[in-house]
Amino acid sequence: MHLKYESQLREPLVTGNKDYHQVTEDICRPIEAKPTKLWYVGFFIAVCLLMFGVYSVYREVTYGIGQWNLNKTVGWGWDITNFVWWVGIGHAGTLISAILLLFRQGWRTGVNRAAEAMTIFAVMCAGQFPIFHMGRVWMAFFVLPYPNTRGPLWTNFNSPLLWDVFAISTYFTVSLLFWYSGLIPDFATVRDRAKTKLRKLLYGVASFGWTGSTKHWQRHESLSLVLAGLSTPLVLSVHTIVSFDFATSVIPGWHTTIFPPYFVAGAVFSGFAMVQTLMLMLRKIFVLEDYITLGHIEAMNKVIVLTGSIVGCAYLTELFMGWYSQNKYEGYTFWYSRANLFSPYGWSYWGMMACNVISPQIFWSKKMRRNLFVTFFMSIIVNIGMWFERFVIIVTSLYRDYLPSSWSVYYSPSTWEMGFYAGTFGLFFTCFFLFAKYFPVIAIAEIKYVLKTTGDNYKAEVTKEETMEVDEFVHEYAH
Amino acid sequence: MAKKTFVVGAFSDEAVLFPAVKKVRTAGYKIQDVYTPFPVHGLDHALGMRETSLHTAGFIYGITGTTTALSCISWVFTKDWPLNIGGKPHFALPAWVPITFELTVLFAAVGMVLTFCFLCQLAPFVKKHHFHARATDDLFIMAIECTSKTNVDELQAFLKSTGAEEVNVQVAEDGWWYGRYDEDQQLITEPTATVA
Repeated sequence: MHLKYESQLREPLVTGNKDYHQVTEDICRPIEAKPTKLWYVGFFIAVCLLMFGVYSVYREVTYGIGQWNLNKTVGWGWDITNFVWWVGIGHAGTLISAILLLFRQGWRTGVNRAAEAMTIFAVMCAGQFPIFHMGRVWMAFFVLPYPNTRGPLWTNFNSPLLWDVFAISTYFTVSLLFWYSGLIPDFATVRDRAKTKLRKLLYGVASFGWTGSTKHWQRHESLSLVLAGLSTPLVLSVHTIVSFDFATSVIPGWHTTIFPPYFVAGAVFSGFAMVQTLMLMLRKIFVLEDYITLGHIEAMNKVIVLTGSIVGCAYLTELFMGWYSQNKYEGYTFWYSRANLFSPYGWSYWGMMACNVISPQIFWSKKMRRNLFVTFFMSIIVNIGMWFERFVIIVTSLYRDYLPSSWSVYYSPSTWEMGFYAGTFGLFFTCFFLFAKYFPVIAIAEIKYVLKTTGDNYKAEVTKEETMEVDEFVHEYAH
Repeated sequence: MAKKTFVVGAFSDEAVLFPAVKKVRTAGYKIQDVYTPFPVHGLDHALGMRETSLHTAGFIYGITGTTTALSCISWVFTKDWPLNIGGKPHFALPAWVPITFELTVLFAAVGMVLTFCFLCQLAPFVKKHHFHARATDDLFIMAIECTSKTNVDELQAFLKSTGAEEVNVQVAEDGWWYGRYDEDQQLITEPTATVA
């Protein structure tokens, strides 16, 4: 009996003739085994980077924001570039888990857990940049609206920067809830297999006493679906709001109505690239090739070529509008500061074009989409390109204001500003290594749910039924 | 909470489970619950459960969030602290859309998850009786509640005939208690004899 029909033409999502128990075994293996040498090496490097980041932040907090080479015109530099970049990275997780759930895309099950984890960690990294950019970080609670003792002092609800505060904190909270509610049944699976006392205790606490009752599953499904429905507009709103930080200002190069969809597409683009980087490593290190198949990689590459092209279209539209609007300041920003290769920051614009628009077009070829080496290489390229994009938007719009006397200052980041960025990489990978070791990196229950319809042994059975003669079929199945 | 007696059957495939559920219910036995390693669609209907109202609760939480945001911001900006920012209107509804939306989502999500945990009695250190260790791995576990009139042996044989691979009898509490999974405690309150 097939509970759900899936065409035989689609390639299987789970290969290797798995049964339910085999799925549990495969996904719990990394949790139950000792970490490999490679894991220790990676974790050590991540922690070192994190420590360097902590020291960079310490310097910034102690000596002030002058530790970063921000200057008179470039008041937002690497910090806000990195903020927007990290938030963008976070978007693929929610897109995979929520939007693809609503669209009933079965392939999301193999990658959603790790992608959601990536979202959580990326948003954690992102949030730090605006907070430390405040300079006096101990005053950060001023952004929270609450009746206080400093007179009728409220936050400015009309300011896009406050919208950010609400957007990022809501996004983080909802992603965390979505992620954790999905983890509860899988923690219960790990708990029930646990051999050691400590593991029983920890996974027992983490699994909240989950039993797998039918009523609980029914509510769990309802919860996941509604959370997905909420996250879908949420993920679009978050990057839209981040783009409002720029779009509602009057700076040439920022004051652009195309920003919301353009930022969202860019976020999904870079997010999927990061998912690719992580998935390719994960499937190799933990031997999960049967769950994260070439089909998954290909599907994600299709999203990358789509969103990359949307972003490319946005770049060209901006350039066109820079000319067509006949606003000479806009024209200067787009045609002199950006598109001119020989302007001071021309390298970043053309780096962006090469990485984001030209190179992903390679994925029109099916052979390339299914090539692991090309995918891994491209995932790195795309992330570099998307970092360039945020840098281009921020710095090339700011470094020359209306006062030519301030044009002589060329902005380049200080060690501590770069150290902060490196530190967030440390934080991200420290979290990700811990996640990979102690959490089920693939949603066990969800894989089991799609196994009967998309596992390759079941596919074979369906093929047999589909090719049967009608009489034969009736004889076999009519009761 | 008192102890109850359950006849427990383990099924290895949902295709066997569904007809079994039907047969057991037709025979008039009360299924306490079926424990599955993943959501089996249609099982809730087969067991005669009603649809969950969790999404309705979510809607109400969402509306609460919208109202909270709009009333709070409009009070702050028109009554409590009507500050003139660039000559813009105090009641600037379009500018409040982002925060209103975010709070709607936040209230709905947090409210729903808390309600979910409350309804399912899920929390750290909550412990329940597990009828089978493989219920979260690869087996579908049906627990049938026995009354004083139930013929346990007959029920076991019947369950076996519906396709259950393992059948056994367990005496357990069907509720939850505070406990740890690394310890075998079960806070059963045995009725102590009191001298009249």
